[in-house]
Amino acid sequence: MNAIRQGVLTSSVIGILWAFIIATTVSVTLSFATGLAFKPAVIGCLLLGLVFGLIAMFWKQRALVYTAIAALGTLSLFSPISPITVGEDVGLMHQIMAGLLFALAMSLPLNNMMQEVTPGALTRHAFEDAIIRFLTGFGYIVFTAIVLIPFYVMVMTSLKSQQALLKNPLDFSIDFERGWDLFRSYSELFGQFNFGNYLWTSFYVSVLTVIITLLFSVPGAYAVARLRFKGRAAFSRSILLIYMVPMIVLALPIYIGYSMTGLRNTIIGLIMIYPVTTIPVALYMLQGYFRGLPVEVEEAGLMDGLTRLQVILKITLPLSLPAMVSVSLYVFMIAWNEFLLAFMLLDDPSKFTLTRGVTMLNSSEVPRQHLMAGAVIATIPIMVLFLGLERFMTKGLTAGSVKG
Amino acid sequence: MTVATPPKTRGALARREARLAWGLLLPTITIVSLVIILPLIAIFWISVKPIGLADLRPVAPIVKENLLGSGEKLRIEYRVRNSSQDKPLQAIGFSDVIPEGITLKEIPEGCALSGQNFSCDFGDVDGGFNQKLKIPVELTSDKKTSKTAIRATSIATTGTGENIFTNSEFTLDNFKRVFDSSEFMSVLWATVFYTVVGTIGALLVGLFAAMLLNKSFKGQGILRGLYLFPYVSPIIAVAFTWVALFDPFSGSVNALLIQMGNITTPINFFGDRPLALIMVTVFEIWRYFPLSFLFILARMQSIDHDMYEAADMDGASPFQKFWYLSVPQLLGILSVLFLLRFIWTFNKFDDIFLLTGGNAGTRTLTVNVYEQAFAVSNIGAGAAVAVVIFATLLIFSLLFLRYLSREEGL
Repeated sequence: MNAIRQGVLTSSVIGILWAFIIATTVSVTLSFATGLAFKPAVIGCLLLGLVFGLIAMFWKQRALVYTAIAALGTLSLFSPISPITVGEDVGLMHQIMAGLLFALAMSLPLNNMMQEVTPGALTRHAFEDAIIRFLTGFGYIVFTAIVLIPFYVMVMTSLKSQQALLKNPLDFSIDFERGWDLFRSYSELFGQFNFGNYLWTSFYVSVLTVIITLLFSVPGAYAVARLRFKGRAAFSRSILLIYMVPMIVLALPIYIGYSMTGLRNTIIGLIMIYPVTTIPVALYMLQGYFRGLPVEVEEAGLMDGLTRLQVILKITLPLSLPAMVSVSLYVFMIAWNEFLLAFMLLDDPSKFTLTRGVTMLNSSEVPRQHLMAGAVIATIPIMVLFLGLERFMTKGLTAGSVKG
Repeated sequence: MTVATPPKTRGALARREARLAWGLLLPTITIVSLVIILPLIAIFWISVKPIGLADLRPVAPIVKENLLGSGEKLRIEYRVRNSSQDKPLQAIGFSDVIPEGITLKEIPEGCALSGQNFSCDFGDVDGGFNQKLKIPVELTSDKKTSKTAIRATSIATTGTGENIFTNSEFTLDNFKRVFDSSEFMSVLWATVFYTVVGTIGALLVGLFAAMLLNKSFKGQGILRGLYLFPYVSPIIAVAFTWVALFDPFSGSVNALLIQMGNITTPINFFGDRPLALIMVTVFEIWRYFPLSFLFILARMQSIDHDMYEAADMDGASPFQKFWYLSVPQLLGILSVLFLLRFIWTFNKFDDIFLLTGGNAGTRTLTVNVYEQAFAVSNIGAGAAVAVVIFATLLIFSLLFLRYLSREEGL
């Protein structure tokens, strides 16, 4: 173990690994942004990583060192030991950009990682600290990349034209000269594919689901949380059990029943089912919150002559407004994103919800950018809600816990 | 002298409270049992019945009428048939109103005319029954108006077929089909792999993400929001994006790999065994790591910081602090998350269905329900798979409830 815990060895290994990570990241980023050829090169990464790792260990916290590394890294791109090789069609601007990005990402983070690393034998603390800092940097890059890339591709594809997509599937640069024509997929979806209607259907189905869910779950949750009756524990357990029943198991008999009663292909049919899938989770979330409210306030209300129902309306509900917002948002999200039931129960294009409408676009006759535009239309309302009310949403997700 | 003892029976107040409680719960219980318990019973019932997709349309007589021919051969034709090719119908017949200005020249056997009402009776018929009644007529008006008049009157049909759902025909073929087929082992393997690797993977990745964000720095809130994106966006949006991204012909990932020189021919990520199964599992991890991340982060932030300071004083290294302090504290939430996610991953249908449609060795039990019921058009077999799922789940749930009651004091 002591042989590994040498400052020189640690810093060079981390430097080399980091060089590979950065070279790959920069190549992928620039490839996705411009569609041109960038790729990491082994020898350049090995050499520069080794050098920069050692520099970062020997000279710490000096502005001059950062500048030197940055300049060296940028210049290296034009030398035979370039860490990133570029295709012939890559212009000077892009080449400088690649070098600069690589150099910047090598100087500051490496300095940060080497903070406690000194030449010679390292303490266990210093060694592990360096590794953790390296893993942290690696984690930020990987997570941000895996989360952002699909959404980036989704938005950019929806703005491309069919020919451009076929010509180079990597080129996601936006051609601003097209002006409003960029949004052609969207205008076609709303114009020819009736997406305005789907958007409205999804919206009112989700809102109705929220309202019905609350109407049922608020009294239920109150009863489970506050009132004493035989079978309370068994009841709150069976709520959780119902939560575990997979939708596909229910969807089959519901499909059969709806086919025979003529409820298939009706929005009413959907609105009858959706709340039932959300009532157990809403009830579970709300009863947890109601339990946390002080009983004394409600007892005071009872003493002052309110009935139980008045207590619920005038005391419990106003107090639990934040929880209601969380539950509503969460239920709205479930209803908005619901796919399976809408897919099985709706065949008539005039009654589609948004998710069902997007599924319809997944055919070889509809161009790819239309499908992606549909995906963007389905995602944006949820994202806006999520970003605007993140605090409530996060709370809802945590309390709702299990619904997948 | 009397000794005061607590009452042995429930008092009026307690009874009133219980009544109110049940009153408040009644709507929920009713609707939940209607939409969940009833279908569950139905699925057990259907799983032992030989029902195909075509049986959903009930057997019924179909009667069509038309005015054909001219002059002497002018006739009304009734075409009576059984909608099913193999199911019999009992007491089949119809009645129709003959419009003014049309007189029937003869009445076929089994039919009767009373005033303007014309009715026929065919008794019990077999499947595939198909008969034409040709009735010569005389018109007082021209043919065209008579034709529209005839078409305007509606025909009332009678005849009852056996209801496939309520008859006493039972079979175990559905279960035999499900267990016997060579597919079953592959379905089971896909389910186990997807569930176990998907659950553990999402948990570990979530743990890693939570450790990254368990410190305050600028932009921590933004990153936390960003890392939740895969989970909150609609499944159709992200699934189709992945399919587009990994497409063998026009997908960006293949283009990138080729450009970097890692591969020479495109890889069919969602179409090749066993890569497809790995890919859907990776998708599962990608989509659901935010959930474990959120929970683990919440738990991490509630761990008392003094402990870490004490460990620092004692000279503990970062890995030691993680292993001996954080992990034991997180074990509770990790195991609860594992059980919950395990069940939910097992239940997952949408993701695989949208990504591969269950092809290339990715057919899990839940996708198999859909495949059997709709692709193979055998509702009974689909229901049998659903019963298998439900039974497995019941075992999981019991284990889970047992554990959760201890963990959370539910």
